Amino acid sequence: MVENNKYTNKYNFAFIDEATKKEIRRKLLKAVAIPGYQVPYSSPEMPISRGWGTGGLHVTLAIIGKDDVFKIIDQGSDASVNACNLREFVHQMTNCKTTYNTAEATLIQTRHRITEEELRDDQIYIYQVPQPEPLRSVERYEFKTRQMHGEADYAKMWVSLYESYVRDGDIMLGAGYPVMVNKRYILAPSPIPKWDVPNLNHSNALHLFGAGREKRLYAIPPYTIVDPLEFEDVKFHTENFSGTECYRTGYKKAFMDELYFDDGTKHFLINDSNFLDKLAEDMEPKQHANKYIDQL
Amino acid sequence: MSRNADNWLLKVTDLTKIYGEPNENTLALTGPEYNSNICPETDSIVACANISFDLYPGEVLGIVGESGSGKSTVVKLLYLDMEQTSGSARFMPYIDGSINMLDASSQKKRYIKNYLMGMVYQNPRDGLNFNFTSGGNIAEKLIMAGNYHVGDIRARASDLLIKTEIPVLRMDDQPVTFSGGMQQRVQISKAIANDPPLLFLDEVTTGLDVSVQAKVLDLIRELQQDLGITMIVVSHDLSVIRMLTDRTLVMKNGRVVEGGLTDQILQDPQHEYSQLLVSSLL
Repeated sequence: MVENNKYTNKYNFAFIDEATKKEIRRKLLKAVAIPGYQVPYSSPEMPISRGWGTGGLHVTLAIIGKDDVFKIIDQGSDASVNACNLREFVHQMTNCKTTYNTAEATLIQTRHRITEEELRDDQIYIYQVPQPEPLRSVERYEFKTRQMHGEADYAKMWVSLYESYVRDGDIMLGAGYPVMVNKRYILAPSPIPKWDVPNLNHSNALHLFGAGREKRLYAIPPYTIVDPLEFEDVKFHTENFSGTECYRTGYKKAFMDELYFDDGTKHFLINDSNFLDKLAEDMEPKQHANKYIDQL
Repeated sequence: MSRNADNWLLKVTDLTKIYGEPNENTLALTGPEYNSNICPETDSIVACANISFDLYPGEVLGIVGESGSGKSTVVKLLYLDMEQTSGSARFMPYIDGSINMLDASSQKKRYIKNYLMGMVYQNPRDGLNFNFTSGGNIAEKLIMAGNYHVGDIRARASDLLIKTEIPVLRMDDQPVTFSGGMQQRVQISKAIANDPPLLFLDEVTTGLDVSVQAKVLDLIRELQQDLGITMIVVSHDLSVIRMLTDRTLVMKNGRVVEGGLTDQILQDPQHEYSQLLVSSLL
């Protein structure tokens, strides 16, 4: 007898129905075809509210397959509440293997960090983006920012960098430093720290960005030129961790968390939990190489 | 510079802007002879119609007329702030004046505005971004013209501020903290930041008190003499026109009623309306 198991699962594979997944995939293809361009999409209802990582989740669930190995980090950590809950959700909906190991994962969803370990060309990196519009800080109207992107009219963005330099002696943008993708579109690389920005340039992996609340998808295809905005004489630079080292591993060339112990002493710890674990176990994870890290 | 038919900088032909839906009688039923620019048949409004003139390098052209006569519309059309209903404008620095710049794509229009033109509005708020510092406002124009060197930008900005008699110390203050006359001078600095071949001045002294007016006018005249910028000056004030311009167009109800040398128009106005204007000069 032919067994009918159509109704044995409560939900469709990967939660979202196939038609909507198809729509998201189509929009992702468009985003990949026009690097840095923000593609509007449906942003369907999810069991978590918009603005809590739904954009990243939409992308993950639309492209995940049964053989994928899923890793999710929040602020560099596999163990934070947001990461744990979303990992559990994706696992329940797909029964895919999940991992902490960056090298083992095929899909990596993130909030606020790129892994220290170098990405490969068979990996897809997915960002949960709160504010996809890099020009929002200088122009509040959406129809205007779209026009500005359409005409590559980025003078206001540049003036705001100039003003920041004049006011504070440096370009005071921390997370989400604006980058120019493929010499055409200015893009907000989700709120990743400046430390991670150079790792987007000429990356082996495909980078997909989902902003659920703002209903926008965008992408940086592998091996795309990504330049942080900088003046000819005022250059982009990453966070300065000189004089600090990870108190557990003694490692110096990584993005650090600042910790205060109960006795009031200050310590630094590598922010990327998997990278930290690997170093602590004397493994040698291959780190991203860029000119800013190389200078250290 | 010699002025002959061939070396014009800007050639405007039959420039027309109509709001609403005109019919074939609209242009015939409006204008100074009807003392109206509203078409009685279609209620469409003729902001300006059949404006034609040539502008030569180094020349200062005045456009004078009462409010609602369409003089600002002409400037906005030529500065590419709005789209014309019909007509053409050829601009020598843009592809040697071979095509109508009013029909260019919006990218091309922005290029023309950023690289080849400057505009000073009546209200500094239209020309300046009050969230940026005065230096930042000048930087915006320089960045738009492809200058990405902060040191160079600041050097150029301080040159311009010195030229327009604003203390360089105030370069990093917002124009909102400036007096009206200073704001206007910052706007002028911004407009001339990348040496545009053509500068528009739309009622630049309206709303300033007389002593400040005189200073701003002096500044414009100096800039014109030093840099030889070609200008189109729009004003309802004949004394401004007399002080700044070589040649004048008198507009009424969206039409040019008289055009010629400024001195000639002031001495011997031909059209009834020009006579009225001149006789009402204080």
